[in-house]
Amino acid sequence: MKQTAQISLTVNGETVEADVPVRRNLVDFLRQDLGLTGSHVGCEHGVCGACTLEVDGRMVRGCLMLAVQANGANVTTVEGLADSGRSAALRQSFMARNALQCGFCTPGMLASAIEYIEAGGASDRNAIREHLSGNYCRCTGYQAIVDAVCDVIDGRVSA
Amino acid sequence: MTNPLTLYDRPNSYIGHSVPRPDARRLSEGRGRFVDDKVLPRMVHAAFVRSDMAHARITSIDISDAKNSPGVIAVWTGADLAPHVEPYVGVLSHLAGLRSAPQMPLADDVARWQGEPLAMIVATSRALAEDAVALVTVEYEELPAACDMETALDPDAPVIHQEFGSNLAWERTVDVGDTKAAFSRTDVTLVERELRFGRHTGVTLEARAAIADFDPSEDHLTFHYSGQAPHMMQFIFAKHLGLAEENVRIIAEDVGGSFGIKIHTYGDEIATAIASRLLKRPVKFVADRHESFLTDIHARDHVVHGKMAVTQDGQIAALAFDDVTGIGPFSMYPRTSAIEANQVLNLTGAPYDIENYHARARVVFQNKNMMCQYRAVGHPIAMAICDGLLEDAAAAIGLDPVEIRRRNLMRDDSYPRASASGMKLDDLSHQKALERLVDMMRYEALREDQARLRNEGVFRGIGFCSMVEVTNPSPMFYGIGGAPIASQDGATIRLDAGGGIQVSSSVTEQGQGTNTILAQIAADIFGVDLDRVRIKTGDTEVTPYGGGTWASRGAGIGGEAMLQAAVALKEQVLDVAAVILQAKPDDLDIKAGKITDTDGTERMDLSDLARTVYYRGNELPSDLKPELIATRHYRVTDFPFVFTNGAMAAHVEVDTDTGIIRVLDFWAVEDCGRVLNPLLVDEQIRGGVVQGIGGALYEECLYSEDGQMLNTTMADYLVPMSAEMPDIHVAHIETPTKTSVLGAKGAGEAGTGGAPGAILNAVNDALRPLNSSLWQMPMTPERVLKALGKV
Repeated sequence: MKQTAQISLTVNGETVEADVPVRRNLVDFLRQDLGLTGSHVGCEHGVCGACTLEVDGRMVRGCLMLAVQANGANVTTVEGLADSGRSAALRQSFMARNALQCGFCTPGMLASAIEYIEAGGASDRNAIREHLSGNYCRCTGYQAIVDAVCDVIDGRVSA
Repeated sequence: MTNPLTLYDRPNSYIGHSVPRPDARRLSEGRGRFVDDKVLPRMVHAAFVRSDMAHARITSIDISDAKNSPGVIAVWTGADLAPHVEPYVGVLSHLAGLRSAPQMPLADDVARWQGEPLAMIVATSRALAEDAVALVTVEYEELPAACDMETALDPDAPVIHQEFGSNLAWERTVDVGDTKAAFSRTDVTLVERELRFGRHTGVTLEARAAIADFDPSEDHLTFHYSGQAPHMMQFIFAKHLGLAEENVRIIAEDVGGSFGIKIHTYGDEIATAIASRLLKRPVKFVADRHESFLTDIHARDHVVHGKMAVTQDGQIAALAFDDVTGIGPFSMYPRTSAIEANQVLNLTGAPYDIENYHARARVVFQNKNMMCQYRAVGHPIAMAICDGLLEDAAAAIGLDPVEIRRRNLMRDDSYPRASASGMKLDDLSHQKALERLVDMMRYEALREDQARLRNEGVFRGIGFCSMVEVTNPSPMFYGIGGAPIASQDGATIRLDAGGGIQVSSSVTEQGQGTNTILAQIAADIFGVDLDRVRIKTGDTEVTPYGGGTWASRGAGIGGEAMLQAAVALKEQVLDVAAVILQAKPDDLDIKAGKITDTDGTERMDLSDLARTVYYRGNELPSDLKPELIATRHYRVTDFPFVFTNGAMAAHVEVDTDTGIIRVLDFWAVEDCGRVLNPLLVDEQIRGGVVQGIGGALYEECLYSEDGQMLNTTMADYLVPMSAEMPDIHVAHIETPTKTSVLGAKGAGEAGTGGAPGAILNAVNDALRPLNSSLWQMPMTPERVLKALGKV
């Protein structure tokens, strides 16, 4: 049985061709094959949210999707969000509010928060807490993260 | 020279200001440098075969299929690795009587807990190593297991280490005054409870991770480490692998949470270093989440029988308790697993005037994963025992929980003094903290709301905790007992030719903001802008020697060393400037990177001075020998610890139909001495509170009776997520410690230490009108319903 498959996809705006083991998940592919180590692996079963990234306009768990399933897809990671400036305001507010400590959850947290903000989410603290409740942070207590998201929505920060 | 005590008032100052963390930018762009992000040439990957049994003799391990599995480079059992390592024993001489058996990285003959590593596979990828793990066949002869700590001391319990004759690892009793006489007084009210604290664990989002890179040509090991104590690990690898200490380099760059989890000696990490030595190439080991739950140290696991007597006017007449705690089959190396019980004895009742105090702790071996120091070691147990019983007693005599504290808290003007257990205390502010708390939470209005809602069938509760926190430990914590753990830390500061400064320190960064506060102190005291400071921590080869960051010591000890070094460099620079400018050093200052007169008039740029010294020494008098680098070390001398204090309150609602507890509000007033950076310390307090709420309401390592951990996934083990957590209101009292110029105490563990007691009291306040109470953490819906007699 063939253990690998040829895939072609766009990652952070660049075309990538690869022969990947069919069992390799997307986040391992991004980290190990492409060196995009910004997406983190926390639980490998879709609970902690550390590997949250964008595939074809939707935020997904990079550990719950196989790399081969991303064939033909448009993938954006935390590195892409930074380089394009899409996360600029949120990153600035995360820094201003100290919404990250160890920073391990931050790439996934930013992705989930961007999903909420870009969908027109309100600066409603409970709604934000609800939306982010799939992203585990052991350090901050979450409050500064909610503050940071509110600041962006309410226009208190500009990149 | 500038008087350091006035430095905080200078213009262009950073100490005490909410300075954002410079390293946050890198992390938010996905540019972290965590261990698993690193790839070294020829690197291979480790996975482990772990015991399925809690207690079993290993009769055979068949590795033949694993050896032939694709990508496999080596397969070793315990017997294979044993010749390459010196066993380790987790005892310390100042914990008299503590005993533990020698440990090896892989079990050889007998496995003593589920998850103990038995065999190691190294392959070209982690996936291929795991494939081979599945091909190893282990034959066991199951042995009777002592899993339940409460029966592990029974005469008929299976004894885990036959040579000890029982499962008792350590026992200590503190007896002060005459509790027996106090309890038998006729004018006191007694409350007596059994408090149970479940096992939980750290659940660092980044699992334990290591890359060992042994270079035989230099007999040198580089160990990329996700942890908190690089120099301690340097000693451990050197001693147990037989290397010269200077030939072991520990590098800890970004650490994805640690909280005490990553500060111990784990067999799989020692085995990873041995593997690199045997293979002469880098070996990476990154625990998966299942392995983390099974093998990261667990914490708490105490059953306490406690008793308090109060007089009719609410004075504490006596406090007594008996604590049993299960630590797994070994005491963890090198910090030992007796420290938490010791802390419980030392800290219980420490905020209050208590004359009669009796406490006993027994530390028990059992066939479960090992227990050891995790954030707020012993504190949540100690605070919940005393404050839980105190509010129980207050209710029994009809006194308000705030009022009973007012009658028993140590007076703010009564220091220096000692606690009932003999801890030296100074610079504390329990009274001020409590009054600030009551004011901040609008206590009376909250009580009115509570009464009104009770009439509507809504059960809300308000609970408090007055607490102390052990911070800035002296050599009396570990060093005195023979542990290879530095209590002093060092900082080096160097002026470079461009006018910027390079700083290195032996304390470490795990997200608290250590690097930021070091930069703030260096920039502020020396006199440059913050963006002209580069910081290096977490590398034994280039930083001064020290203990690292644990026990809330980074700011208080590392920060003071930094301050002293910056003062020293400033003196050196001003001596040189005085010669160049034909002035007196006392008439000069450094501000924003410029040598100035004391009135602020700019005289020369720091880079001009540095370039003169480094490039054009010919312009200087030949008897001037400038040093533009300074190193200073600092340790706490007059106290075993620098205690901090805090007052916390929780507001909860208990759904009496579902048993679900919702935390509505939480308030914390903390006195960590001088606040170096409010932005950082506030969110660290909040994070600590959330971890404390986790232990109080959600988190528990569940085991079957035969020692199988049942919830080793994040779907099954509950941690606090954003939706369940309240906004947490934080305020500070600043009583600087007199032990240092900086005046900073620690703050990292306060929330975790105090929140469980406050939550316990709030829940019981809510349940009181229903004549129910609950004394077991986590306070799960099932336990609430049981307490209410509904299931």
